[in-house]
Amino acid sequence: MATLQLRNLRKSYLAHEVIKGVDLEVADREFVVFVGPSGCGKSTLLRMIAGLEEITSGDLLIDGQRVNEVGPADRGLAMVFQSYALYPHMTVRDNMGFALRMAGVPKPERARKVAEAARILQLEPYLDRRPKELSGGQRQRVAIGRAIVRNPRIFLFDEPLSNLDAALRGQMRIELARLHEDLQATMIYVTHDQVEAMTLADKIVVLQAGRVEQVGSPLELYHHPANLFVAGFIGSPRMNLLEARVLGADGAGVMLEAAGARLTVPAGGASRPGAAVTLGIRPEALRPDPAGAFAGEVRLVERLGGLTLLHVTLVGGEAVVVQIEGSDPTPAHAPVRLGVEGAACHVFDAEGQALPALGRHPLAA
Amino acid sequence: MRSSRRQMLLATVLGWGAALLLFFPIFWMVLTSFKSEIAAIATPPQFLFAPTLESYAEVQERADYLHFALNSVLISVGGTLLALAFAIPAAYAMAFHPTARTRSTLLWMLSTKMLPPVGVLVPIYLLFRSLGILDTRSGLVVIYALMNLPIVVWMLFTFFKEVPGEILEAGRMDGARTGSEFWHLLLPLSVPGIASTALLSLILCWNEAFWSLNLTTSEAAPLTTFIASFSSPQGLFFAKLSAASTIAVAPILVFGWLSQRQLVRGLTFGAVK
Repeated sequence: MATLQLRNLRKSYLAHEVIKGVDLEVADREFVVFVGPSGCGKSTLLRMIAGLEEITSGDLLIDGQRVNEVGPADRGLAMVFQSYALYPHMTVRDNMGFALRMAGVPKPERARKVAEAARILQLEPYLDRRPKELSGGQRQRVAIGRAIVRNPRIFLFDEPLSNLDAALRGQMRIELARLHEDLQATMIYVTHDQVEAMTLADKIVVLQAGRVEQVGSPLELYHHPANLFVAGFIGSPRMNLLEARVLGADGAGVMLEAAGARLTVPAGGASRPGAAVTLGIRPEALRPDPAGAFAGEVRLVERLGGLTLLHVTLVGGEAVVVQIEGSDPTPAHAPVRLGVEGAACHVFDAEGQALPALGRHPLAA
Repeated sequence: MRSSRRQMLLATVLGWGAALLLFFPIFWMVLTSFKSEIAAIATPPQFLFAPTLESYAEVQERADYLHFALNSVLISVGGTLLALAFAIPAAYAMAFHPTARTRSTLLWMLSTKMLPPVGVLVPIYLLFRSLGILDTRSGLVVIYALMNLPIVVWMLFTFFKEVPGEILEAGRMDGARTGSEFWHLLLPLSVPGIASTALLSLILCWNEAFWSLNLTTSEAAPLTTFIASFSSPQGLFFAKLSAASTIAVAPILVFGWLSQRQLVRGLTFGAVK
């Protein structure tokens, strides 16, 4: 059992506020990912939870108990650092057993727990090596091993995969997901990689400039972004954003005009005719269609084999990206018309807030 | 190609020139120590002479070398250990828990080294007299430790700065409190730095003459006082003075030579890796 609550958590360096009031609930066994651009405060927030950064104001509760003043050594959390931060003068065995040694665990039990963790992480052949004799992936595993031997209340990960190459990163991502499954532990994970966020998380927290922009399941964030920032941040290629004008609204949704096309988006909220809004369309929601609403010209085609990306300039000069399954035959520099389902579109008001969708995506309920 | 070769030659000549210039006085001192007193003051100076050990014999007869050498060892080691005992915690605090004033505190500490020691000779002398520690080893240990403290703190500070903070944070997450963090992580990681610092401090203590000449007479007198005693009332006896100097600097010279790698690292303040 390990839950975490953040209540109006704030952090200032002198007069400069970097965490501007964060509220968050983390349930037992939940895998929560903090994402955001660099400098958004996600690592600082994690370090505040760890106890490595002082909390300026607000409450941090672990299992319902306020721990603001409890030191990192006594919070019962384990952390995996971006740089791994292994103890260079100790063997892998001693690195993994250090926390148990600090806790006064007797030697035989220590050896048993280290052996168990080494087995899970396939580190058995390396137990007597020092960190500098290991590869990046092995070091990463030792850092994780050091965390799991302690059986902590909550695991904290600070961009643990960012120093690995792409292939290894993909492999470790799967191992982490499996580890979460096996250990049934509460985990908090910081990353700027949205693939890691989308694939690992039960719940994603999108941060920007020290504030929470949105909290939700990966698909909820993808299909129902709360604002322009989340819409632009989650998803690759990015969501296409077009300037639009409200023509009217009825029970079926909002009627819009954008890039010379008219369409109805099933969204509610008060929007008076003539209001300037932003229309958001995911690249995979657009498709070449002779009867489509948008007209333009293909500028560039990226063929990835399984996917084709068309970079299209619309008649008004707006650039959009179209993502098509499989290998699409559309050539570059060809005129094209693009069609879209109104239900797959998003509308954001002048403040960048999403107008509430009338229907929910079935997987993002 | 040609110009790089010429540069190489120039660098070699300059390097050797500087080295010989620095080494010559030591060489001349050792040479003189094997001369007779007459040969030692001969003009023009003699390079070829009949070597003799009579100066060494006379030096050993007049003063107990081992007594002074033992004092030098005890005081240098004592002063170094005392300085480290204060400097390690100080440097730890400044390197890993800095405040807005850490930088200026460090600069202020270093600025005390710019004060001429003779400026505080009288107060220190009076203090030592009142405390009854004139001509005692413990008195010199204290003064040597204080004398080297700023530089020792500075060096340790720069070495500690090289230890990645995340390793200590990982230790804290692993449940290590300040004491364990210090003992199990920081100290083993900075052994090379602490060794270089200790080495430099030992050498500075060994060579120190101002305080030892003014605060000791015989009981606690180290080798620097031993040398000075040969430049005394009866006039200058260069051969004996050289013999005394040679045996006084020989141990630290050998020590420094054996540990030069550590020393170079220490003297560059951890700037080169």
